[in-house]
Amino acid sequence: MTAPLDLVPIWTLILGLGVFFYVLLDGFDLGVGMLFGLAPDTTSRNLIMNSIAPIWDGNETWLVLGGVGLFAAFPLAFSIIIPAVYFPILIMLLALVFRGVAFEFRFRDAEHKGLWDHGFTYGSTVATFAQGVVLGAFIQGFKVDGRHFAGGVFDWFTPFSLLCGVALVFGYGLLGCGWLILKTEGDVQARARRQGRVCLLAVMAGIAAVSLWTPLLDPDIARRWFSWPNIAWLSPVPITAGLLGLYEWRALKSGDDAGPFAGAIGLFLISYLGIAISLWPMIVPHHYTLWQAASSESTQAFLLVGTLFLLPIILVYTGWSYWVFRGKVRGDMGYH
Amino acid sequence: MDALILSRLQFVWVIAWHILLPAFTVGLASYIAFMEGLGLFTGREVYLRISRYWTRIFSVSFGMGVVSGIIMPFQFGTNWSRFSDATANIISPLLAYEGLMAFFLEAAFLGVLLFGRDRVPRWVHFLAASMVALGTLFSSFWILAANSWMQTPAGYTLVGGRFYPTDWTAIVFSPSFPYRLAHTVCGFYVTTAFVVLGAAAGLVRRRQSEADGRVMISTTLWLLLALVPLQMLLGDAHGLNTRQYQPAKLAAIEARWETGSRVPLTLFAIPDQKAAANHFAIEVPVLGSLILTHDPNGTVRGLKEWPADQWPTVILPFFAFRIMVGLGLVMLAVTLTGAVLRFGGRLWRSDLFLRACQWTAPIGFLAVLAGWTTTETGRQPWTVYGLLRTADSVTPSLSATNVAISFAGYAAVYLLIFPAGFLIMRRLIRTGTGPAAPQGSVESGRPSLPVDALPGLEPEGRAP
Repeated sequence: MTAPLDLVPIWTLILGLGVFFYVLLDGFDLGVGMLFGLAPDTTSRNLIMNSIAPIWDGNETWLVLGGVGLFAAFPLAFSIIIPAVYFPILIMLLALVFRGVAFEFRFRDAEHKGLWDHGFTYGSTVATFAQGVVLGAFIQGFKVDGRHFAGGVFDWFTPFSLLCGVALVFGYGLLGCGWLILKTEGDVQARARRQGRVCLLAVMAGIAAVSLWTPLLDPDIARRWFSWPNIAWLSPVPITAGLLGLYEWRALKSGDDAGPFAGAIGLFLISYLGIAISLWPMIVPHHYTLWQAASSESTQAFLLVGTLFLLPIILVYTGWSYWVFRGKVRGDMGYH
Repeated sequence: MDALILSRLQFVWVIAWHILLPAFTVGLASYIAFMEGLGLFTGREVYLRISRYWTRIFSVSFGMGVVSGIIMPFQFGTNWSRFSDATANIISPLLAYEGLMAFFLEAAFLGVLLFGRDRVPRWVHFLAASMVALGTLFSSFWILAANSWMQTPAGYTLVGGRFYPTDWTAIVFSPSFPYRLAHTVCGFYVTTAFVVLGAAAGLVRRRQSEADGRVMISTTLWLLLALVPLQMLLGDAHGLNTRQYQPAKLAAIEARWETGSRVPLTLFAIPDQKAAANHFAIEVPVLGSLILTHDPNGTVRGLKEWPADQWPTVILPFFAFRIMVGLGLVMLAVTLTGAVLRFGGRLWRSDLFLRACQWTAPIGFLAVLAGWTTTETGRQPWTVYGLLRTADSVTPSLSATNVAISFAGYAAVYLLIFPAGFLIMRRLIRTGTGPAAPQGSVESGRPSLPVDALPGLEPEGRAP
């Protein structure tokens, strides 16, 4: 089977969208998980938990799609990057275990509710931090020999990747605040607005720090952003980020229920775009392009047929499941 | 211990725990959908009570299945990167289709199944239950397609040590796939049925939700009467397929070293890999050929036809297979006893039988683990049968210490989570089919009166 057209750009788009959906969707519910730990009383904790209980599983499914999608579309990147971040991935997976089981266990196991509540908060926080570290390590790049990762198992442990980890904690926290403002009322909502402002300040500082640090790490990235005429073409990216930050601040202060969530999504989108501009067209930075890491044309074609058919269906019924649970979450939401 | 053997043990650990959950949830999802359907079409509350009861338990096991399942695809990357690099062109779309067809479907409709009972019409709730069940079956389809291709690869060419697809139909429907799919899914249904049977026997014996328990026992025993013999036939067909496509695996399962016809059936032995012989063998003449080839004069190939470095560790598939078959015979005995008692009108009077049902509640899990051990250890020393060695599949950058640390992490977390989940499910099972009472001091966030406390609860008693 020969594909008449180059499928790599299509797969880049699909995988890029898939990872972005994961970051947004699991981002807000991991953020909600962290905020859960800051809630002062069990009534608001239960409300916070109920706001994501029916949908978290679907959100996390995008992580599977992201991982398996990378394996399917760009397997060389999968088999180099994942071993390079062996421990951050391990820590993320184990943290996600605690976070995932807490939804059921805390309802069903009252004697150890404290344990599962802590598991939920710390699991969400640690998983987020680990994802940020993976992102930082990815931007830094890896030592590669032929088709294998050839560096040390702690190469990812750098100030830059740790900074990315911390920044993502506040980023997901901001998304979580946006979600809670959208889905709750009263005290819980007011608290989310205050917490959102703290997160926003940290996020803006994080975006600035990562944006300045990245070109210092890599002269190619510096040249891409700062050489003429690129600097003119790309200047809207940081300017938009700044404007979005202002918008988000005002939305958090005003009585707007949907604005903070929308603003947080905008900030993630522009940051994501910035990273994509820096790294394009590499999927293993410094070593392999998207085309070099791609799976066989037949593989990409076989999977594309089904994906183009299934993805819209998935979006429709996932959207429907959100619609079933639309509106403000109630404290007395019926548990099965 | 090197990174290879530790990576293998780690994979065994994470998949052995994980497989217990689909073994339960695949069947339970179908059972819940079936009960929801009966409730919808007959209007009888008993079916909805049963559905609600099992949905509570399902939600716990499904959550555990999700979190332990997310770990699985990452294992390919973290510990088996050379396998991933070599086979990605073929294996990866099968895993991706599992995510696209199954996981999203399950996840989206699970929320509605668990939390939406009072938010959607009844028929939509039934639809949600059916979609979750369908999702579990899609998931089985794709993951077993991937596994079967590793067992009996087809539809590929090998270029520079990496596999390239030539025929996708041949890849998805590799020679062992239909047999493996049927045998596994049937095994999952049987596993669930024994859990339902055991739980219901407990309810009946404790005079708790007794009427509902009887309905569960009755439906499940009919189901088992069909499925247990069917599973044996499917297992036999799967065995014939293994003889054709993986003869060295079959030889290891039977601890057969020399090729021969009219071979005996070895009931028990201590296989000695070094001496290539069996000690303390208990054999039945000719029966081996009869069972394995359906012909008393049939030829069964022995391991000596292959170099010793291509043999599995014989003792593992040999005993695992015998455990699986033994458990199958116990299942058949329980099922047939139930049928005999039912026709004699003595089903509810035999406390011993109800006790036996309780004891055998976990039997399916043991059989699934034994069957999985048989097929996976029998595939060794290959990851892709006959083509890619397990030793050449492991991530090259890992040291033994790295893997020891990660294995310890998985071990510690699973030893906390799985027993906790088991105890929680056992408590839910013992609570009965009435409205779920809040456990201990659980406060608000759950309604003080659960919304699923529907009117029309029949008083529990001796009926029907």
